[in-house]
Amino acid sequence: MKTIYEKPQVFTDAITTYCGGCGHGIVGKLIAELVDELKLQENGILVWPIGCSCLSDRYYDMDCFMALHGRAPASATGIKRADPSKFVLCYQGDGDMVSEGMAEIMHAAIRSEKFSVIFINNAIYGMTGGQMAPTTMLGQVASTAPYGREILNSGYPVQMAELMATMPGVCYSERVTVTSPANVAKCKKALKKAFELQLEGKGLSFVEVLSPCPTGWKMAATKSLDYIDEVLTNVYPLGVKKDATKEEN
Amino acid sequence: MGEKVFMQGNQAMAESAIRAGCKLFFGYPITPSSEVPEYYAKAMKDRPEENIMFVQAETEVAAFNMVAGAVSTGHRAMTATAGPGFDLGQEAMSFMSAADLPAVIVEVQRPGPGDGEILAAQGDYFSAVKGGGHGDYNNLVLAPYSVQEMCELMQESFELAEKYCNPVVLLTDATLAKMRESVVIPDYKELPKPEEITNSLTGAKGRAAHKVATCGDGAVQWEEFNMRLQAKYKKIAENEVRYEAKNMEDADIILVAYGSMARVCESAMKMAREEGIKVGMIRPISLWPFPDVAFEGITGKKFLVVELSAGQMVQDVKLAVENKRDVTFFGKLGGTTPSPKVVLEQIKKLV
Repeated sequence: MKTIYEKPQVFTDAITTYCGGCGHGIVGKLIAELVDELKLQENGILVWPIGCSCLSDRYYDMDCFMALHGRAPASATGIKRADPSKFVLCYQGDGDMVSEGMAEIMHAAIRSEKFSVIFINNAIYGMTGGQMAPTTMLGQVASTAPYGREILNSGYPVQMAELMATMPGVCYSERVTVTSPANVAKCKKALKKAFELQLEGKGLSFVEVLSPCPTGWKMAATKSLDYIDEVLTNVYPLGVKKDATKEEN
Repeated sequence: MGEKVFMQGNQAMAESAIRAGCKLFFGYPITPSSEVPEYYAKAMKDRPEENIMFVQAETEVAAFNMVAGAVSTGHRAMTATAGPGFDLGQEAMSFMSAADLPAVIVEVQRPGPGDGEILAAQGDYFSAVKGGGHGDYNNLVLAPYSVQEMCELMQESFELAEKYCNPVVLLTDATLAKMRESVVIPDYKELPKPEEITNSLTGAKGRAAHKVATCGDGAVQWEEFNMRLQAKYKKIAENEVRYEAKNMEDADIILVAYGSMARVCESAMKMAREEGIKVGMIRPISLWPFPDVAFEGITGKKFLVVELSAGQMVQDVKLAVENKRDVTFFGKLGGTTPSPKVVLEQIKKLV
């Protein structure tokens, strides 16, 4: 009998705390598959954020560092500088990265730190109960924007993948999503590229994932996928924003 | 021992840290601590064989979190800062104590509050000793009073941090940081391997995964987490009390001071004795754990606590003495340090 698919070895038996229809679990599975494929389990350190993924240390049989809110890129800097031989993955959500930790991610990019960053953008604060994020869409309702986000009060959604692409210290920046099997495959390809660039010692590699949050959006799971494809991608277009390896050729 | 040199406090301390095997420095320049990052930045280029890594962080927030990440790998790392920078590091101080991370932080006190001044002060006692961050935690706080002691306690800080898996604050001030003294720089130390450090993140190869995590998971789990931390602090409190007591036997008046103020008080004590006033002195070296034991059983004597603050350590002295009405306070604010003569005048008021 041929094995078509099995649970990635690096996964523990822990059950995630994610809601139904959440995108975190899909990306989490892709990370586990890539850790197995690229043999990163014994030489990797995962740096997790504060947010819905803050219990991720339980899901992987790997050394990990659960950082303070927004500070994951600073702690990842300390880890990678202390031991450059390690594979270091920094995983953050929109509140963690774009609000609390904007200085830390920007300066990690400025310094061209040699680790990979996965940015889960669901345009809302999931864990704390649906408050507005810097990536919340104009007009989108959140518990701290009960009548929808207004420019006058809260300014504009932040396009991180494009922003990171402008930084000379970033070697790769791509925005993907997980709304269909084809998009999940593209997401995995982007993550693989980002991981491999780190293993080659290039600069900071960055992948933004548009991720559904049915609970925070108060939307059915399938409708959340449509919302990404039809609405979010207008402000957050998918695609490779920067690939320094191609520019070299 | 290493060689004898004439060196500035900050620079001698930095050299001592390098020799203690602290090859990783993350910092944000702030007066009066900036000679420490400057020393590391130069050493990184001038001494390539020592594998020194210096990173100038964007903020103290980042610097403290970089230190947290670096020490989690089992390597020695530190930062140095002053009052406003230490404020920004408090979130990380709480985190590192909770996460059992052996970080070493140098805090060079300068006068606050607010933007403040860049002269000498001791107004950050509370934030260092009482734990300026959130939750129930303690920093181990050591307060040297000479460049020589700065160098020695610098080395010991790393050992204590690793022994107890807890941050250590080396609390100095602008006077100690900037003054030059004759000092014997300690020798290079043999270091434990990163794999030998408790719970170090070295890759889960042939062992269970190591986790640095401080996330609560319900009241029962979180109380257990806290009780384990409290047991750690209790062990430190029982084992790491340090102080110096001088001329205590016949003393009628006992000066209590730490750091640069203790240097001045030593001179004042000498002047007083020359005039026939029987003065002794207690100099706390560990501010947390506070040397309560130094005050135990002393009755019928007067204590004069002298600080470059509005009165911070004096609260701990009042908790430690048998009769708090025996305690008098003299403080100076603004950045100047009272001369021995001024302290002597205060002593005479108690005679």
